Amino acid sequence: MSVGASVVLRVDDLATLITRLSELGYEVKGPVVRAGAIVSGALSGVGDLPKGVHDEQGPGEYRIAHGDDDHLFDWAVGPSGWKPEFFPPHDELWRARVGDGHVELVEIPDEPRPLAVVGARPCEAAALGVLDRVFIDGAHRDTRYVERRENAFVAVVECSSPAATCFCDSMSSGPNIEVGFDLALTELDDDDGHRFLARVGSVRALAALEGVAFVLASAVDFSARDAVLEGARRRMVRHLDVDGLAGVLARNLEHPRWAEVAERCLSCGNCTLVCPTCFCSDVRDATDLDGDVVRQRTWSSCFSVDHSYLHGGAVRPTTQSRYRQWMTHKLSSWWDQFDTTGCVGCGRCVAWCPVGIDLTEEAAAIVRFDGVTSVTRPSVRSHL
Amino acid sequence: MSADTPVARPTLAVWKFASCDGCQLSLLDLEPELLAITRAVQIAHFTEMTRAHVEGPYDVSLVEGSITTEADVARILEVREQSRYLITIGACAATGGVQALRNFVEPGTYPAMVYAHPEYLRALDTSTPVSAHVVVDYELRGCPIDRFQLLEVILALLSHRRPIVATHSVCQECKARGTVCLAVSGESACLGPVTRAGCNALCPSVGRGCFGCFGPSEGANVGSLMQWLRSHGHADVTLARLLQTFNAAAPAFREVATNLVATKVTLVAQPLMRKERS
Ligand code: SF4
Ligand code: SF4
Ligand code: SF4
Ligand code: SF4
Repeated sequence: MSVGASVVLRVDDLATLITRLSELGYEVKGPVVRAGAIVSGALSGVGDLPKGVHDEQGPGEYRIAHGDDDHLFDWAVGPSGWKPEFFPPHDELWRARVGDGHVELVEIPDEPRPLAVVGARPCEAAALGVLDRVFIDGAHRDTRYVERRENAFVAVVECSSPAATCFCDSMSSGPNIEVGFDLALTELDDDDGHRFLARVGSVRALAALEGVAFVLASAVDFSARDAVLEGARRRMVRHLDVDGLAGVLARNLEHPRWAEVAERCLSCGNCTLVCPTCFCSDVRDATDLDGDVVRQRTWSSCFSVDHSYLHGGAVRPTTQSRYRQWMTHKLSSWWDQFDTTGCVGCGRCVAWCPVGIDLTEEAAAIVRFDGVTSVTRPSVRSHL
Repeated sequence: MSADTPVARPTLAVWKFASCDGCQLSLLDLEPELLAITRAVQIAHFTEMTRAHVEGPYDVSLVEGSITTEADVARILEVREQSRYLITIGACAATGGVQALRNFVEPGTYPAMVYAHPEYLRALDTSTPVSAHVVVDYELRGCPIDRFQLLEVILALLSHRRPIVATHSVCQECKARGTVCLAVSGESACLGPVTRAGCNALCPSVGRGCFGCFGPSEGANVGSLMQWLRSHGHADVTLARLLQTFNAAAPAFREVATNLVATKVTLVAQPLMRKERS
């Protein structure tokens, strides 16, 4: 067997795969139920996966329900995602010991066990690809991120049951996945039984499948996959028309809609922190009682006033300017900066906004009234 | 600094006004760090810890509590005069505390409900923050404050740097620690989106919505959150009570709470039990 091959795994084989990954030295994580949500957690076997669990999502709302079926992946993304595994909320980078007349720098080592994710969704794998552009392909490589990513094994499960907040189809990042995985699974359940179509995407996956009982996939399994994906697309109710959107947003920086959304927006930052591609951080030097200095990196958000603080004050002092920064970065200037979208359509920012502000609705409102402005001063990017 | 070179340590004094002492006790709660702190600063006045008293002036004064009597008004001026840095600790000192509920009702309403002989009381009609009386150099929020933030402020003073104290929402701390949002998952109403971080999202982490004890976050849009909660079945009176606790008099909370309820007196009087005494 080689990379590109496809096999069929039964649920028992998936269990063997999880054991095998752990024998190979991986810390195996996947979707688990905690505190009324599907979140990332440790997997010791198939029994930890959210069997028969389904979700209901809407703007500012998320609920799970337990059914009596035995499907493991009939749900869409929950709040946490995989970003924290590669870009943790709090990191200590180095320590400086200040002695008599000299400073000694001590690196704080970062030695996580290689991570195996079993059950990332297509949009989440796409989001890791977007983060790679930021942390790996950019001018400043983040060595910790690079190491975590290079050592990680990612098994993606394609989506059968998008939530009402999902719009990956518009962003070409789901419900299917074609690149950017070690193993791509599709959960199938028809006359041929409950099983997974598994496509091998890397040499690492070949090693992981050693000793796992499987049969080669047939055309029947592929048409079953097509049916699952077609059903998922049909059920996707949220859409974003991305055609020309980057330009429309860039030339509507003075659109009255920004002020309207700012009346509702709490500037709480939830949308940015649940977003699988938001990468902003603060770097600060703390001191301790021994006089040592510790350089810390923590998540930050463009919704915090401090985030745009330059000498003398914040560049974005109003909620209006901060919401505009968030949305235009995700959907417009990200293209200029990283040559890709900053949004993979996972819908998290819609579901986890405490007042249900919907990115797709806000973007559509600006498109609908493209050029409507109450301009009192020329927009800085009016040439676009 | 090495142990055998005597270095003049900065002096630190702790002062109490109308408060419960919980915030100043946070200094004692720093058990593992306490000895190192007393080596780094000289505790000049701190009655929860020692009877020893060193005369001012002081490098740093920590001020707990709100201003509720004529004597307080005079004493806070004295503390200010004696202190290089005046740092307030806690919700009482920052916004007037829970006792600022009296600001919303006719003077004397609560004493009449609580005391058999209210005429013996000598208190002002209002409970006001320290900043209403003197210039405050730094405010630590919370009811009580977070002891690690207190340590951070002391460390920042010792190394002449800006303290690392966030002004954004509690939500950002929930997200950093991986707490599933109680509001979105339908568990509970939560003031976190409009409340300043600092507690490491303590209440949401144990399944209770944020009570707002750190007061409003920067630019808190309280009205929008309340409108959302109303449209999701929360009664006005419940929401107003949520806002009228530890930081009832903080302008961002007060304004919205008073708009939520027509009759302010009924609202704040309801949860109190009338004491029967003879
Ligand atoms: S912007 Fe919203 S929908 Fe897009 S990737 Fe981020 S969280 Fe998901
Ligand atoms: S956005 Fe698409 S890929 Fe992501 S969970 Fe929803 S359906 Fe799946
Ligand atoms: S859009 Fe929603 S989640 Fe984002 S900052 Fe505004 S209120 Fe918070
Ligand atoms: S539980 Fe409260 S503080 Fe935490 S994210 Fe939700 S609304 Fe914010």
